[in-house]
Amino acid sequence: MTGKLGLIIKREYLAKVRNKSFIIMTILSPILIVGMIVLIAYLTKVNDSEKRVVAVLNESDFFHEEFGSTDHLSFVKFRDLTLEKAKDSTSSMGLYGLLHIPENEVLEQASNQSYLYTKDNPNTQITQQLEGIFQRKLRQERLGDLGVSSEQFSSIEKPFELNLSTFEGEKSVKGITEIKAFIGGGFGYAIMMFIIIYGTFVMRSVIEEKTSRIIEVIISSVKPFQLMLGKIIGTSLAGMTQFVIWLISASLLLFVVVLVSGIDLSALMTEVQSTPGAMNGMSQFSQSLDNETILYAREILNIPWVLLIVSFLLYFVLGYFIYSSIYAAIGAAVDNETDTQQFVFPVILPLMLAIYVGFFSVFSNPHGPIAVGFSLFPLTSPIVMLMRLPAGIGEGGVPLWQLLTSIALLIGTFLGIVYLAAKIYRVGILMYGKRPTYRELVRWLRY
Amino acid sequence: MDHILVAKNVSKTYGDHKALSNISLEIPENCIYGLLGPNGAGKTTFIRIINQITYPDTGTVLFNGKPLSPEHIALIGYLPEERGLYKSMRVGDQALYLAQLKGLSRSEAKKRLKYWFDKLEIGDWWGKKIQELSKGMAQKIQFIVTILHEPKLLIFDEPFSGFDPINANIIKDEILQLKEKGTSIIFSTHRMESVEELCEYIALIHKSEKILDGKLSDIKKSYKNNIFNVGVEVSEESGSFLDTIQERYQVLTSNFDAQERQLDISVQLADNETSVILSELSQMAKINRFEETIPSANDIFIQTVNNRDNDR
Repeated sequence: MTGKLGLIIKREYLAKVRNKSFIIMTILSPILIVGMIVLIAYLTKVNDSEKRVVAVLNESDFFHEEFGSTDHLSFVKFRDLTLEKAKDSTSSMGLYGLLHIPENEVLEQASNQSYLYTKDNPNTQITQQLEGIFQRKLRQERLGDLGVSSEQFSSIEKPFELNLSTFEGEKSVKGITEIKAFIGGGFGYAIMMFIIIYGTFVMRSVIEEKTSRIIEVIISSVKPFQLMLGKIIGTSLAGMTQFVIWLISASLLLFVVVLVSGIDLSALMTEVQSTPGAMNGMSQFSQSLDNETILYAREILNIPWVLLIVSFLLYFVLGYFIYSSIYAAIGAAVDNETDTQQFVFPVILPLMLAIYVGFFSVFSNPHGPIAVGFSLFPLTSPIVMLMRLPAGIGEGGVPLWQLLTSIALLIGTFLGIVYLAAKIYRVGILMYGKRPTYRELVRWLRY
Repeated sequence: MDHILVAKNVSKTYGDHKALSNISLEIPENCIYGLLGPNGAGKTTFIRIINQITYPDTGTVLFNGKPLSPEHIALIGYLPEERGLYKSMRVGDQALYLAQLKGLSRSEAKKRLKYWFDKLEIGDWWGKKIQELSKGMAQKIQFIVTILHEPKLLIFDEPFSGFDPINANIIKDEILQLKEKGTSIIFSTHRMESVEELCEYIALIHKSEKILDGKLSDIKKSYKNNIFNVGVEVSEESGSFLDTIQERYQVLTSNFDAQERQLDISVQLADNETSVILSELSQMAKINRFEETIPSANDIFIQTVNNRDNDR
């Protein structure tokens, strides 16, 4: 019996891997993804690099030095113009807006009476930047009244960043929570894509066997369940193959990029292992930069990768089996792919829900009630639990009982769904001609 | 006589639809058994039960005297009516795959496939894809795959559909040879002329029930109605000859060819009248032909089904 299952797995695997579209997708997808990332990065840069110019009509005695150019904003000073004329010139010159500071001897009042005129609603970033300038000036003025000189003020104004550390005394860096969420999100997203793409493959393969009428020949030799199982396993192995090819080509690509850009990878690796104190000889600037790089690298290494990869595989396999057996049942129930729509949509729904819940709820609060609920619910847990797991298990991470409960629920659901799907499959593959209703599908369960 | 397959009181219901009710059949070894019936009668359901694709709700099926079990799958070959092959798979790979699913080793399957491909003169198709072949060509491959593992019981559901007359004849000869070698064959079809040609036994299933079964020759005998076709060469006037016959017997039809002086009549006789009429006729004219009309399988099929429907 296992011999037959092996034969089916082998055939399904080869049929998938030798397929032209599979080969093309395997080669093309990474190129498309890289291209998309480059395009998005480029568009974002184009969007951000637009420099805005604001005209300043300053009739007060203050703010002579304060309006200096920054990356996104520069200023043009208007002199000896009425407000109306200044407005006209601003719009005729195509400037972003006009900042009017009226004549007043008192800074506070001049500030309070200032206006920013723009064509449309002003950009928040620009408003904040301008407000910052006023704030700083006002603060300096008030402190001056208390006897603080402008030199003293400048020294106070130095930026400050809080040092971060965990309870164990390891130094921490900002943004690591986001990085962890991003990695978890990546795993969750990968699972979703995989389930949808390969589930559809399984479904198509079932439909092909039905329409080519080979199905009855085959199930006179093997049990329908064996055929379904072999199909699901064979297709998933083809998916794994694709995944491994992508992983290898991505590593090669990374290697090439590292070589071309001249980053000394080995130096980076040794620095990660050495203590920060060993780099006293370096210049102040590069040391602080490297310290941060090392901290990031250490944090990333500190992510429980083994746990993540093991649970990725576990959740992937269980999730994939649940969904692809549903896909197989759908394929068996219909005669052609256009009829699958009404059945496929409710299947994709929990996956989409998991992704959205993951991105909006889990990112902000990985262990809140919604995140916990969805990481226990078996149809969403493969995605949501993986988004939570980069934080580790136990204190500060996912409580062990939640992980175990989630896996237990998933296994239970897996058994139940495969059982039901196999029943629908068994009946459906021999039904030709009409698209069944949901009510009929339920009735098939009793045949 | 030994039976390859015995079904006892087999019933199967799909939801509200009764597919088989209380079917009992005995299929003798080493014969061709015709499974007949109108569309939707339940033939396919019965065949699927034999192949263990579905299972009966009640009743038992014995294969070689033992209840049907998974190990019998390798002893049965099945050519379904709804049949096909993977379109994008090569002929050879596909045949090997299906043969291995029936339990043959790869090398054995290859050896036997080569023999059959040569026998049916399709050796050069090995590397082709199914989508490059015509329907009839694909049917040949399906036939080979069905019989390759040398099953004890072969089930053919409409085996000749899709074949041109020449190839249908080749397949028919192969089926007869298989029977000669000792294989038992269940043959399901609507084509009554092939039933006459091939089947020794038949069963007629109608609206999920078995309404007739047995040896075809016995069934035909029981459907005989003592109508005889007589051909005589008359010397005198045909009218007076016909009158004499009509006085004594019930003549159903008559036809006279004046040029050849040939008179053909069909006559309904009572039991044991044959020798009497024969001696009378031989005194009056030269008898060319005297034969009993035997109902064709087609007549029996239509008559039995119609009678059954009228009874209800």
